[in-house]
Amino acid sequence: MSLELFLLPAAALFCIGLFGALTQQSIVMLMMGLELMLGGVILAAAAVWHYIAPATSEGQVLVVVAVTAMALEMAIGFAVVTALFRSREIDMTDMAAELKE
Amino acid sequence: MAERAPLWAVFVLPAVLVVVAVAVAGLDAVLAAGARTGRIGSLRAAAVHAVRPGREVLRHLVQQPRRTRASDLPLARIGAALLPVAAVLAAVVLPLGFRSVSDLPEGIVWFNAMEALAWAAVWLAGWGPNSALSLIGGYRFLAQGLAYELPHMLAITTAALGAESLRVGEVVDAQAGLWFAVWMPAAFGIYLLSAMAMAFWGPFDQPVGVDVAGGAAAELSGVDRVLFLGGRWLLLVVAAAFSVPLFLGGGHGPLLPGWAWTVLKTAAVLAVLVWARRRVPTLRMERYVELAWVVLTPLAVVQALFVAVVVLNR
Amino acid sequence: MDVAVFWVLAVLGIVSGAMVFRFDSMARATFSLLASLLCVGGLVVLLGLDYLGIVIVLMMTIEMAIMAVFMVMYMMNPAGLMPMTMMHNKKGAAVVCGLVFALLAAGIVLAPWPGRRGRAPADPTMDLGMSLMGPQMLTMMTLGMALFATIVATVVLATRRGRYDRLGDDLRATRADDPVRGGVGR
Repeated sequence: MSLELFLLPAAALFCIGLFGALTQQSIVMLMMGLELMLGGVILAAAAVWHYIAPATSEGQVLVVVAVTAMALEMAIGFAVVTALFRSREIDMTDMAAELKE
Repeated sequence: MAERAPLWAVFVLPAVLVVVAVAVAGLDAVLAAGARTGRIGSLRAAAVHAVRPGREVLRHLVQQPRRTRASDLPLARIGAALLPVAAVLAAVVLPLGFRSVSDLPEGIVWFNAMEALAWAAVWLAGWGPNSALSLIGGYRFLAQGLAYELPHMLAITTAALGAESLRVGEVVDAQAGLWFAVWMPAAFGIYLLSAMAMAFWGPFDQPVGVDVAGGAAAELSGVDRVLFLGGRWLLLVVAAAFSVPLFLGGGHGPLLPGWAWTVLKTAAVLAVLVWARRRVPTLRMERYVELAWVVLTPLAVVQALFVAVVVLNR
Repeated sequence: MDVAVFWVLAVLGIVSGAMVFRFDSMARATFSLLASLLCVGGLVVLLGLDYLGIVIVLMMTIEMAIMAVFMVMYMMNPAGLMPMTMMHNKKGAAVVCGLVFALLAAGIVLAPWPGRRGRAPADPTMDLGMSLMGPQMLTMMTLGMALFATIVATVVLATRRGRYDRLGDDLRATRADDPVRGGVGR
């Protein structure tokens, strides 16, 4: 096994997540896409740690940061959806577009 | 340091867990029968009641399974099967005496991660049958999970902190002199509470409560039901057994060999939990959430702080 | 053995990741995302980061269980009993993603990756802890502050009731008026 072999699934997960984030109309589904993208980032960071710089801990710290980012994104995302839904019954990205006006 | 167990232990572990779970279920059935009739009854009657769980299992296995309309059968199946699997996986780091199937370097985190699978399992089992009552049960378990998980994590972290290691074997070794339960009583108490909540058992049985006709298990039948409710007993046994290496000194004790002490202590903890079920009324989880977040979590933090100061000055 | 595990986890992770956007049922989508992320956790363990891998498994299980609640709450067709499509700009997105993947894959295969420098420490978990509590303390504190800010922000965003609703206009009510009674002190 090599670095490339681990980075390819990571890239695949990232792109699947990107596809979801770009296409999904529902805000919650969009967040699932973001989660998948961050999953790809985590995998890539761990692979780089293992194959390039195992002696330093920066790769591990990057994984910790990515996992925290996932949790924050979820929490804030759901809070925003709840607030949006409460104020104007919006649960789709296209409907939220009127917010810019 | 725990020794490595031979490979056959992998196959023995589930069998041992099932035997213990059936024994505890039998004891609980005897106590239930005693509470119903109001007297202890003869030994013979007790034996009849003790085999009741076994008879129930057989009855469910031969019974015609029920299906609900538009149910998501694969998800319900996964949910029901995941519960016993999670319990057995969590038990991998359980030492019997000083040997566990695999003494992982991060055993305590492993245990926590595996019991968290129960969240997914119960919700899936509740969602799958497309029935309102069972979905309510699933949601109740998530609410309960949010309540118990925070103090629970802090409690087991405290034990790891006291031993300065996440390896279960080293946590046991650190208790050769003084048990953690003695100088971390708050963490031990919180752990026992969350062990019951984790197995949605005793005062925390609302996810499968009678007020929602069996909750998450309401629509399960046949093998699924056996797996789900059996998995719940397994989870209870594993959660109770894990308190022994964490807080009760594992296999340490005078005279008897290590495994005997582990068995004795586990039996004692299980007996306390079974007894507590008959003494404490069911707790609504919105009350427990508030208790857990307002009282138990700060208490667990203070306990961890105390332990950290002791460890630093050692 | 490791190679077999890698292939199983990688293929399973990608397939279940793709199924997230194919399933009609929200419960299935959520738990297929969970399966995908559990595979990521397994791969991280395979890379020698046992602690981080297990933490990912723990966090993602809990996170997805909570996510399922919100999915069911905010989707008009959570069980997928009446299949419907909720996508926009499918073609453009597919092109963009295909291009990005081709670019990434080309970069991955063609880049002259540096060789391995140094050896992994005997206990990477210890290394991580020492790093987070030492040179990376600032990262850790930033994460802590971000988490705290998130807790405050989510509560502010999600709740509808403030203290005036609970304790009256002059905050003098002896009993808080909560939708759910019970708990500590009541």
